[in-house]
Amino acid sequence: MNIWDRLLALDRRWVFMGIALAVIIPIITGLTLPLGKPAPPTVAVYDYIEALQPGDVVMFAIDYGPSSMPELHPQALAMVRHALEKDLRVLSVSLNVQGTALANDVLQTVGDELGAVDGTDYVNLGFKVGGSAVILGIGEDILTVYPTTADGRRTRDLPAMYGVSNYGDIALVIDLAASNIPGAWIAFAKERYDQDIALGITAVMATDFYPYLQSNQIIGLVNGLKGAAEYEALVGLAGEDALGTLGMSAQSIAHLLIIVLVIVGNIAYFASGRHRARR
Amino acid sequence: MPEAMPLEQIIGTWIAAFLTLAIFSFLYRDNPIYKFAEHVFVGVSAGYGVVITWREAVVPDLIQPLLDPGAVDLAGPNYVVLIPGALGMLMFSRFFPRYDWLSRWPIAFVMGYSSGLAIPAAIQMSLLPQLHATLLPVWPNGDTSAWMAFSNLLLFVGVLCTLAYFFFSREHKGALGVASKVGIFFLMVAFGAGFGNTVMARVSLLIGRVQFLYEDWWLALVRPWFGG
Repeated sequence: MNIWDRLLALDRRWVFMGIALAVIIPIITGLTLPLGKPAPPTVAVYDYIEALQPGDVVMFAIDYGPSSMPELHPQALAMVRHALEKDLRVLSVSLNVQGTALANDVLQTVGDELGAVDGTDYVNLGFKVGGSAVILGIGEDILTVYPTTADGRRTRDLPAMYGVSNYGDIALVIDLAASNIPGAWIAFAKERYDQDIALGITAVMATDFYPYLQSNQIIGLVNGLKGAAEYEALVGLAGEDALGTLGMSAQSIAHLLIIVLVIVGNIAYFASGRHRARR
Repeated sequence: MPEAMPLEQIIGTWIAAFLTLAIFSFLYRDNPIYKFAEHVFVGVSAGYGVVITWREAVVPDLIQPLLDPGAVDLAGPNYVVLIPGALGMLMFSRFFPRYDWLSRWPIAFVMGYSSGLAIPAAIQMSLLPQLHATLLPVWPNGDTSAWMAFSNLLLFVGVLCTLAYFFFSREHKGALGVASKVGIFFLMVAFGAGFGNTVMARVSLLIGRVQFLYEDWWLALVRPWFGG
C-alpha cells in the first residue's frame, strides 16, 4: 500500500479531529481574521431598514429552532438591534413551534440593552399553527390571527400594535428560517399582498433562495454566519456581542483545512490510479 | 462557583454541556450515551411542541373563543371554531381501529386545502416571476453595462442548457447533446455552490457549540473551580 492508498484509506475520525482543532484553536486563542467587504444582499437589508422612519413597523418571522441558532440567532440579534436603534416598532411571529422562545430571547436581550419597552417598542405575537394560512391571515387582519400575544396580553391594547392591521401597515417582513418557510412568505405575503420581504437564512438554503433575489421578489438576503458577521459590522457591533464575527475566524480556518483536504483527496485519488480502475 | 449566575442557569448549562458532548461522542462511534442524548432530544422536542401548541394555538384559537371570548377580543362565543375543533378531534380516531376511517376527513380537508394553496403559489412564486427574471437584455445599452449584458446572456444560456439536460423525450445527440453537456457544467457549478454553502452551514453549527462549551461552560463554570 503506497502513501496515496493510505491517504484514501485514512480513518475519517482523523478528519473530524482536524476540523475540531481548526475550530477550537481560533476560538480559544481569540484569533481575528479580516472579514472583508459585506455582500450586496446583506447591505440591501441594512440599507432598507436604515431608510425607514421612526415608528415604522418591521415584522420578524422567527422560523427557526435551536438547531439553527449558531447561524440565525446572531442575524436576528443584529437586525432587531438595528431596528430598535432606529426607533422602529418590532413585531415578532413564529411559524416554527420552537421559534417563539428564541424570539423572546432576542427581543428581551436587545430590548433590555437598549431600554426598549415590551408592548410599546416591540412585541412577540408568538407561534401559530397553519403556516401559509397564518401568512394569508396577516394580510387580512393581524388582530384576528393574533388576538393575544405569546404571553397572553390582548394584542389590540398594546401601543406597538396601534394602527397595525395588515401588511399595508408593515414596512418590511424579515423571515429568519432554516426550512422552506421563506417560500411561503414569498408566495403569499409578497406575491399576493406585495409585501416587501427580506430573508435571513442558513447557508445550506442560500443557493435555493438567491434566484428570488435576482428576480426582485426579496429585497435582500443575509446568508448564514457570514451574513450575520457582515450585518454586525454594518451596525457597528463588536466584542462579545458580535457572535457572528467571533465565529468567522474559526470558519475561515476550517474552510482552509477543508480546501486542503479536498485537493489532497483528489490528488491521492488520481495518483493512486483508482480513476482508471473505475473506468 | 460564580455567584452572579442563577442556580437554574448553572444546572441548565451543565446539562447542555453534557448533552452536547454526548452527541459529539457519536463521531468516535455509536454508544449508549449518544443514544440517551438522542432520545432526550426527541422527547423534549415533542413535549415542548405540545405545550407551546396548546398554549399559543389551542387555547387562544379554540378554547378562549368558546369559553372566554373577551380574552381574545370577541363580543361573544364564536361557535364556528367548533368545526375545525371537531375535525381536529377526528384525528384521534386513529387510536381506535374500528373508527379510524374518520381520520380521513381531516386529512382530506388538509390535503385539499394545501393543494389548493400550493399549486397557484408555485406558479405565482416560482414559474412566472423566475421566467420573467430570465428575460433580460443581452446587449449593452444605456441601462445595461457590457458586464451586466454578459451576465444576462450567461443566465439565459444556463437556463436553456440546464432545461435541455432535463429534456428526455429525445436522445441527447447533435445540438441537444451539446446543450445538455453545457447544462451539466452549469449544474456542476450549482452543486459546487451548494456544497460550499453546506460546508459553511455545518461548520457554523460546530462553531456555535464550541463557543458555548468554551465560553458558557468552561470559562464560566469549570475554570473557576481550578482557580482560573
